[in-house]
Amino acid sequence: MALRTLATRKTLGALSTFPQQLRGLQTFTLPDLAYDYGALEPAISGDIMQLHHQKHHQTYITNYNKALEQLDDAIAKGDASTAVKLQSAIKFNGGGHVNHSIFWKNLAPTKEGGGDPPHGSLGWAIDQSYGSVEKLIAKMNAEGAAVQGSGWVWLAVDKELKRLVVETTANQDPLVTKGPSLVPLIGIDVWEHAYYLQYKNVRPDYLKNIWKVINWKYASEIYEKECP
Amino acid sequence: MSWSSSNYLCLSSSSSVTRFSRCKSPCESEGQRGKCHDLNRPTNISAYNSLKPPSFKLDKGQRRNDHALKKPRNISAYYSLKPPPYKFDALEPYMSKRTLEVHWGEHHRGYVESLNKYLGKDDILYGYTLDELIRVTYNNGNPLPEYNVAAQVWNHDFFWESMQPGGGNLPILGLLEQIEKDFGSFSNFREEFIETALTLFGSGWVWLVLKRNEKRLAIATTTNAVTPLVWDDIPLLSLDMWEHAYYLDYKNDKARYVNVFMDHLVSWNAALARMARAQSFVNLGEPKIPVA
Repeated sequence: MALRTLATRKTLGALSTFPQQLRGLQTFTLPDLAYDYGALEPAISGDIMQLHHQKHHQTYITNYNKALEQLDDAIAKGDASTAVKLQSAIKFNGGGHVNHSIFWKNLAPTKEGGGDPPHGSLGWAIDQSYGSVEKLIAKMNAEGAAVQGSGWVWLAVDKELKRLVVETTANQDPLVTKGPSLVPLIGIDVWEHAYYLQYKNVRPDYLKNIWKVINWKYASEIYEKECP
Repeated sequence: MSWSSSNYLCLSSSSSVTRFSRCKSPCESEGQRGKCHDLNRPTNISAYNSLKPPSFKLDKGQRRNDHALKKPRNISAYYSLKPPPYKFDALEPYMSKRTLEVHWGEHHRGYVESLNKYLGKDDILYGYTLDELIRVTYNNGNPLPEYNVAAQVWNHDFFWESMQPGGGNLPILGLLEQIEKDFGSFSNFREEFIETALTLFGSGWVWLVLKRNEKRLAIATTTNAVTPLVWDDIPLLSLDMWEHAYYLDYKNDKARYVNVFMDHLVSWNAALARMARAQSFVNLGEPKIPVA
């Protein structure tokens, strides 16, 4: 059966220009930001944005692609132990890619609506569940500051229960590890690399300031898609 | 240089909580009036005010009524922030003065202050040395909230002492022999150490430990604030792989940081001393029994 799927992918792959796709393996590239590196100043400095995007995110993507290739090999050879051993690298690097891709969309310069509070159904749901946007922000900041070591803090919607939740994940674990029906709306990176050059060890200041460039429009779009 | 007794515990009662100058702990070079004490003195617990016999000499600013024996209203324990055994710019250009100022002055100091705040809340953790406190609060894998700060205080003390100006090169004497026995050669060890550090996910530490049960050296990694003390191994060296340890100097170039640590910062003298002490707890090899 594997041979048959490889064969179908090969015919599709022959039409594309990417040599990787000839093997049936989809690899990933660094997505562009919708804004300049310096556009989020003074909340997040241009240096941090450039390093974060061009070095950290790129490293996750490179390592993810490498792990995927190795996994592909292992599966083709039927090497179960290698396939399982690669899972932690895939979770870490793949999670890093997924999380950061969401993160870039979660940010917007103030000129383009960053920091404007949510309106519409998301705003209403926030008021319902948390009382007000300020209270939600306070809760997320408290949880984000309490994360030990590296991780993320999320505002998510549970698409089964149609409910907003605030969650934290460790390292680069994607949000689905906390619940299969959780869809991330806003994720804030609290790894030290996300704020160290500017805020040093004062993570609470970073969390307070990042809300000035959070793109609530994107969060509202996702929310309306999951909870129409 | 020892892996325990590196923090100074001083007791005070609340009525003299501002009189830190009387505490026989090594003072930070900045904020102390009065004499600075010898930093190399071993652990020294001193209790004073209500618990010392009354003397008729009054201290500066003390009133005649105060020096009579008073009931201790609130005994609290304090841990102090121990400075690294070298000046902040001594590790340049491998670890900048700025990194030490922020890493020690803000992160490490923050941990010490949080620890003191936790300990000030109630007496339940009263009376432990830092090593014991770490083991107790680790709670066999279910750490109490005090665990992270206590362990990070210890970890950072250990880390500063694992480095020295003019470090790097090779270990000597028995430590080199043991490394060659357990890893094959020093370069094998170095490669394995560097690779372990680079494949660590997230925040954590890399250690050279002496495993008590297996009676051999090994490289261990721990996440966040965990230390090999909690599973009773004896650490000899540590490397901080939290991003705050290298970000100011190396940004995201972890490989360069780890290589520089191995080549120029690691203190084999400290490791040797710790190893010598560890041998009083772990038997390595057979004893030399003279024949006839």
